[in-house]
Amino acid sequence: MSFTGQSATGPDESSTTRSSTPAAGLVRKAVVVGGNRIPFARTGGAYTRSSNQDMLTAALDGLIARFGLQDERIGEVAAGAVLKHSRDFNLTREAVLGSALSAETPAYDLQQACATGLETVLGLANKIKLGQIDSAIAGGVDSASDAPIAVSEGLREVLLDLNRAKSLPQRLQVLSRLRPKDLAPDAPNTGEPRTGLSMGEHQALTTAQWKIAREAQDELAYNSHRNLAAAYDAGFFDDLLTPYRGLNRDSNLRPDTTLEKLATLKPVFGKNLGAEATMTAGNSTPLTDGASTVLLASEEWADAHELPKLAAVVDGEAAAVDFVHGKDGLLMAPAFAVPRLLARNGLTLDDIDLFEIHEAFAGTVLSTLAAWEDEEFGRTRLGLDGALGSIDRSKLNINGSSLASGHPFAATGGRIVASLAKMLHEKGQVDGRPARGLISICAAGGQGVVAILEAL
Amino acid sequence: MTDKYTQFVSRGIGKDVARKLGLPQPVVLRRYQPGQSLVPGPILVQGSSGGADELAATLLSWDLDVRRHAVPREKLGAIVLVLDELDRPEDLEKPVLSAASSVRDLAPNGRVVTLSRTPASAQGPAAAAARQGVDGLLRSLAKELRAGATANGIVLAEGVTTASPSALGALRFFLSGRSAFVDGQLLTVATGEGQLPADPEKPLAGKVAVVTGAARGIGAAIARTLHRDGATLVVVDIPAAGDHLAAVANEVRGTALQLDISREDAGQRIIDHAVGRHGRLDIVIHNAGITRDKLLANMDQGRWNSVIAVNIAAQLRINEALLASEHFRNAPRIVSVASTSGIAGNRGQTNYAASKGGVMGMVRATAPLLAERHGSINAVAPGFIETEMTARIPFATREIARRLNSLQQGGQPGDVAEAIAFLASDAAGGITGEVLRVCGQNMVGA
Repeated sequence: MSFTGQSATGPDESSTTRSSTPAAGLVRKAVVVGGNRIPFARTGGAYTRSSNQDMLTAALDGLIARFGLQDERIGEVAAGAVLKHSRDFNLTREAVLGSALSAETPAYDLQQACATGLETVLGLANKIKLGQIDSAIAGGVDSASDAPIAVSEGLREVLLDLNRAKSLPQRLQVLSRLRPKDLAPDAPNTGEPRTGLSMGEHQALTTAQWKIAREAQDELAYNSHRNLAAAYDAGFFDDLLTPYRGLNRDSNLRPDTTLEKLATLKPVFGKNLGAEATMTAGNSTPLTDGASTVLLASEEWADAHELPKLAAVVDGEAAAVDFVHGKDGLLMAPAFAVPRLLARNGLTLDDIDLFEIHEAFAGTVLSTLAAWEDEEFGRTRLGLDGALGSIDRSKLNINGSSLASGHPFAATGGRIVASLAKMLHEKGQVDGRPARGLISICAAGGQGVVAILEAL
Repeated sequence: MTDKYTQFVSRGIGKDVARKLGLPQPVVLRRYQPGQSLVPGPILVQGSSGGADELAATLLSWDLDVRRHAVPREKLGAIVLVLDELDRPEDLEKPVLSAASSVRDLAPNGRVVTLSRTPASAQGPAAAAARQGVDGLLRSLAKELRAGATANGIVLAEGVTTASPSALGALRFFLSGRSAFVDGQLLTVATGEGQLPADPEKPLAGKVAVVTGAARGIGAAIARTLHRDGATLVVVDIPAAGDHLAAVANEVRGTALQLDISREDAGQRIIDHAVGRHGRLDIVIHNAGITRDKLLANMDQGRWNSVIAVNIAAQLRINEALLASEHFRNAPRIVSVASTSGIAGNRGQTNYAASKGGVMGMVRATAPLLAERHGSINAVAPGFIETEMTARIPFATREIARRLNSLQQGGQPGDVAEAIAFLASDAAGGITGEVLRVCGQNMVGA
């Protein structure tokens, strides 16, 4: 790894005064105006009959209503879904056409597994920074309830050959290749194509490797539920969420869960690890349906439209790991992306006031933090003098995260960006500089995308 | 939508059957639509005072077909009865009886509007008797009119003339289809304040209006009507109603504010949103309200307190914030939704009626506080309105409730919205501290 970054021993002088990327000054700011999502629903629940397009349109319409964007031609809308029907090739554009936005608003789909939502924010923010567009809506949606089901490879080949066959005998010959097993449908799963292991099984290996205790995972899950419930009670989501199909809170939220209850759950992943099996349904995210959107703009556009400016999108970084050969855990890419991003911006973990680390599994968050605290990992893998550092847990996921809210894959990035932008705006200044927030999202394929936001 | 019975008896065989059996014969009311003529025929102006002459001249200047003398058997769109110079009850005879022969010629959905002076400022008992007499006359005539025709009165306070902006504003409202479900009501014009709109089709152009409880029913109708009249809308409702609220906001091209109005800081949040997003705040419509019906003997603290908190305490607190705000100083308008339950009472609604009675008391007492900033505050008291809420009333009770008024039908949410839009306009600037009933002259209550 060629990375040579700032050591964890302290920020350099400029990092406390400089507030943006090295390119700041050359490009303009991209700001988060606000966001809207629909409550997330456990799969098979309230949104069982809702398609990705339905949910994304609903999330868009709520955003439009909140910010008065009816008939507005937005610079560009980008969103995506991880589980996507082939007929939804233009999902985002179709959602725009079904919304109250101007039909002249262009849109594109993007897909980067669970990092989809955050990557739409970063891509669009970059376009705004470069002056290509003045406004944008980033988003994501996923439905595990309305997942696409494909026909088997055997049946698919037969159907395609049948289409190419020219005569009746040819058609009969093609059909004769069909076997009963070909009629079984091919449902999507979260297994990694190259290892055959599910994401949970992968994480179970990583969790065991970093020796993350069951109690620590349960505590993280407990805090997630408690924090999210408190945020709802305080009205934090009143201007971040629009109810949908009878839900006005995330249906996975268990405000009354306890550490004792979580401790009673049996492990569901890594069962072959014996005593080291620590991952339960309580400290893993369930399959979830939902959609989220984020309104981004240049400062000028936000001002001209009399809209709020919550936070600036400062910078972002993607990383990937070689999980196929077991060099790193499947979901450990953010452990590499974050140090690179911090170094590029002259920052350390101590310069971050709010951490939003996506809780794919409690074990993912804790493995990442353990890696950052590990001296050897810091030296050998990150190229630092020692450990990257540790974080103040009271700054982590303070309004709850995916373990409580659920995790509709592509919608998680938008949820986090809008919430963090609001939290940063409320926090305002810290030590005479704008409050800073770090987002970390792991993704299938051994990938991760991270970003820094800064209060306005 | 007009109820099925009204549709059935409005034409063909249903009309004949209803007439022969002496059944109620409601008609489909002529409701306002942009571009519609003010009245369905010529306007007869009765009365010999200078005020009557001036009014006739004004109506002519509006390009209306005005008559000063009745032409026998000519269908009339409206009869305007100017009674602004009554000294004794005997003075009623001439104008009233000359108008009487024309009542038969009133077209379906025609209008009778009286203009008289307030008894409160009368010089002596005879003048007061004559002026108060108009009240009884008007309400009785309203009950005699048929086929969707209505009668309403404008009462002029001391110093207000038939040419005052709000006298003319109220006249336009009562003549038009905007007042379709207002019947048998008298509205007092208190001052010469107010201004007629440059464009009668966009009386709220340039105004920023907040409507609470706007996610559905009457609130959504108010938002649509204010939008049609040219206002920029902020629609407010509780977060749990956010999906319906978003749909309304997108329909009226406004912004949605998910907010529980019973929160301590609701008033400030409303002001901040309106001023921050739209640069100003001119109109606040207190529509949000809840019912938690129970006989008083079975009433519990939760039911009582929640109704008082949402229906009146929240309005009082928001008004305090508005009155304290520098952004609510330029001829601001507040309109509250009251209820005929607050006037006449309703079994099972002690809490609701107390809150709605409270709204009327609040409106009267707040009017003087707004006077120095040329503002106004009024209430609209709906009678039986066809909404999702009244659709849940059992069939027989509902059928009786909806027929027990002079128009023999329930009102539409839009009818309430029209009255509110009028009171929110500058044309009603001289009307303040009033309660206007939109009830088709319901038999219950005053």
